Amino acid sequence: MFGKLDLSAIPLSQPIPLITSAVVILLALGVLVLITVKGWWPYLWRDWITSVDHKRIGVMYCLLGVLMLIRGFADAIMMRTQQAVAINAPGYLPPEHYNQIFTAHGTIMILFGAMPLVLGFMNFLVPLQLGVRDVAFPTFNSVGFWLTASGALLVNVSLFIGEFARTGWLPYPPLSETAYTPGVGVDYYLWAVQISGVGTLITGINIVTTVLKMRCRGMGYLRMPVFCWTALASSLLIVAVFPVLTATLAMLTLDRYLGFHYFTNTAGGNPMMFVNLVWAWGHPEVYILVLPAFGIFSEIFPTFSGKPLFGYRSMVAATLFICVVSLMVWLHHFFTMGAGAAVNTFFGISSSIIAVGTGVKIYNWIFTMYGGRVRFETPMLWSMGFIFTFIIGGLTGVLLAVPPADFLTHNSMFLVAHFHNVIVGGVVFAIFAGLEFWFPKVFGFRLHEGWGKTAFWLAFIGFWVTFAPLYILGLQGMTRRLQHINFDVWAPWLYVSVAGVGILVLGVIAQVTQLVVSIRNREKLRDVTGDPWDGRSLEWATPSPPPFFNFAVMPNVEGEEAYWGIKLRAVETQQLSPEPAYEPIEMPLNSPVGIYTAFSPRSSVSR
Amino acid sequence: MGGLQVSEGALARAGRRVCRGAAPGLLCLALTSCSGGVLDPAGPVGEGDATILIDATAIMLAIVIPTILLAFWMAWRYRASNTKAEYLPYWSYSGRIEAVVWSIPILTIMFIGGVIWIGSYKLDPFKPLSDKVPPLEVQVVSLDWKWLFIYPDQGIASVNQLVMPAGTPVRFSITSASVFNAFFVPRLGSMIYAMPGMVSQLHLQADEPGQLWGISAQFSGDGFSDMQFEVKSVPAADFTGWAKNARDSGPVLDKAAYEALLHQTQRVPPSTYRAVDSGLFQDVATQKIPPGPGPQPGGPEHAGREVSPDGSTGGKD
Repeated sequence: MFGKLDLSAIPLSQPIPLITSAVVILLALGVLVLITVKGWWPYLWRDWITSVDHKRIGVMYCLLGVLMLIRGFADAIMMRTQQAVAINAPGYLPPEHYNQIFTAHGTIMILFGAMPLVLGFMNFLVPLQLGVRDVAFPTFNSVGFWLTASGALLVNVSLFIGEFARTGWLPYPPLSETAYTPGVGVDYYLWAVQISGVGTLITGINIVTTVLKMRCRGMGYLRMPVFCWTALASSLLIVAVFPVLTATLAMLTLDRYLGFHYFTNTAGGNPMMFVNLVWAWGHPEVYILVLPAFGIFSEIFPTFSGKPLFGYRSMVAATLFICVVSLMVWLHHFFTMGAGAAVNTFFGISSSIIAVGTGVKIYNWIFTMYGGRVRFETPMLWSMGFIFTFIIGGLTGVLLAVPPADFLTHNSMFLVAHFHNVIVGGVVFAIFAGLEFWFPKVFGFRLHEGWGKTAFWLAFIGFWVTFAPLYILGLQGMTRRLQHINFDVWAPWLYVSVAGVGILVLGVIAQVTQLVVSIRNREKLRDVTGDPWDGRSLEWATPSPPPFFNFAVMPNVEGEEAYWGIKLRAVETQQLSPEPAYEPIEMPLNSPVGIYTAFSPRSSVSR
Repeated sequence: MGGLQVSEGALARAGRRVCRGAAPGLLCLALTSCSGGVLDPAGPVGEGDATILIDATAIMLAIVIPTILLAFWMAWRYRASNTKAEYLPYWSYSGRIEAVVWSIPILTIMFIGGVIWIGSYKLDPFKPLSDKVPPLEVQVVSLDWKWLFIYPDQGIASVNQLVMPAGTPVRFSITSASVFNAFFVPRLGSMIYAMPGMVSQLHLQADEPGQLWGISAQFSGDGFSDMQFEVKSVPAADFTGWAKNARDSGPVLDKAAYEALLHQTQRVPPSTYRAVDSGLFQDVATQKIPPGPGPQPGGPEHAGREVSPDGSTGGKD
């Protein structure tokens, strides 16, 4: 069962992973003991672990995502401090450890942090916004979540037993082949990503089916909230490209385990094909993340401006435009592999064309505020921070899409700054805006405003202090993934960047404090109306938190912005809707299939 | 197209002025990048790349700055506490604004698309720099973790040291004898990948004599951080002198010497070889000589990690 692993795989000689392991294991044991002593197991089993309720699964996805964001952030702190101390010096992390850290950081942040959060939002919101009681395949949904959790666990086990991949978050062969990376790290990576990838595909199928087949009465396609459109587009991309990832990693697995030669250095293997295939998944992947983020902002801008979204149909068109074009741009990740002028021209132009779709969206959010009554509560602060940050990230993105400019900045710190600019500024800001915005709906009480605003400002300033210097370093010729630095001129900017990380740490503390303070004051912050922000879509028509069946009576939608319409009619006629006719409803039973699929020893892979 | 080139030249000059700190300008980033970065080019390719980088930034800033200002103005003007601003709770569509909103990004991208098209052809790394001056041939092999430069016409080779005559185009043929790397001299411009079993072409030129440096821009394993090489641009006469000196001293790069290079080593000091097996590069590129063996059992690569009982490292290529 342990395959190549034996006792020597436990890093007894390396203090950093050893101490971290010990602390994490103790914490986990502590939590398990607490649950046992308090007798919470039946509750957890009944209401969470075996639950097939899309809201519970959404919450668990988000919880997993937040935990992994913190894990990935710990890696980020180590990377930035290592580079700041290792200037003409070895630093405190040897290459074999440092290389694992940046690999784990990328893998965890994208696949186990951002992805679960985005999938969590889609799970929680799509059925509520469409006015239905669950997703199309509730048990399947639970299987998807637990597979993702299983993959995340595997990545974290590698910290204690063996090692993680040291190849970068996309393990380019031939470096990732057994000849150059014989350890178990790449194997951990392959299994973890494969397992969670299947989970993601399941959720993608679920959301596509839910949106296409399960809308409530009157909810035509062009009456759906924009978030549902972006969830649909994102899930279509998942269904289209995750199989590509699975197949590509399967080929690498065959190379490593059975001596195949898909991507090997010799015997006719073609390592470039891996790069080609993996980016055919990898580029759409960033749109899988960012489209739902756009959807979140499309809910927040109208709500906090007190008026409808400007140019709804344009927004839908732009979303679908991005969805389609994002499949045709992947080659811009390897302009520098010498494809030739014609190919580079095509993919350069197709990549920059995506900026048309995002540009339209930005203008439509701006014009949503026109003639509004804009309230600057925490979700709106994140949204304005997003507009500024994402526009700059878009600018540098188009620069990288210009092949001759990419010839200078490919794989440089400029690139690192760019993709953090769009993924943090776009996806992570959206996630925090969304958590602030929907928290009252999920848990029944608001989050503390003051700490929320503090956390925003610290994160916003911390982000720019951390990443603006990386743009400069990139232009100075500094490449990414350096374990130590041989050029003194880079030092000042590396120090500034570390200071930025310090501010970000304060931001994380403020965010945690906000949660603790809000939980302690939950009675005062209680949302009794179910509609704390004067919302516009159907989730705000339910109590907070919504009952497990969502709607006692299925809504009948008569226009865009369904709940806004209901409120307007109530104001006009000065009366509430008539008492509906209640009928018996049918809800799915709990199921342990998900947790058994993901964690039962018999289904786990043994070598 | 002529007009565009003129304006590009002007912008490049403007960019360099910014770089000298004479004017606060478009790219405040440029201010800090005078010290040997990509915005301080030392040859025509780097200059072409940097010009396009600056031009494209300028084109986009012309749209981006007004957009950011508009966003903040809009949010401030229509803040809830400003009761003087009109409130239009039902306003959600304007055909004219929609038309403008789609046109601005489309027009910008059409313009940038032109820059991409022209730039990609003009600065194609495979394209020779000059019809008249014959280029110096240099063959580059990336190894774990050092660079080997072979000068076929001079019959010499060097490790981690690239010497090139100033003002003469150089034609690089680049391959790898282990994993992927990217060959990059920031001040000379365009990088390109070094890939096993393949040969990429790159044409560069240094205009003036000077001391430059190059790096690998693609992660290649534990020794990656030190995969740097010195680049000396010297007057043509000095180059001939250097080549002659190299021919008179140092070991011969034969099969055995190359085998030694294939093993993983780090921080290899610059050195030269007085003679090279002709056809060595061809044999490396076509993998007639098998690629580097990677980490060997017992090395630090395996410390505390898995090694199977027979001492082998698992799968074989």
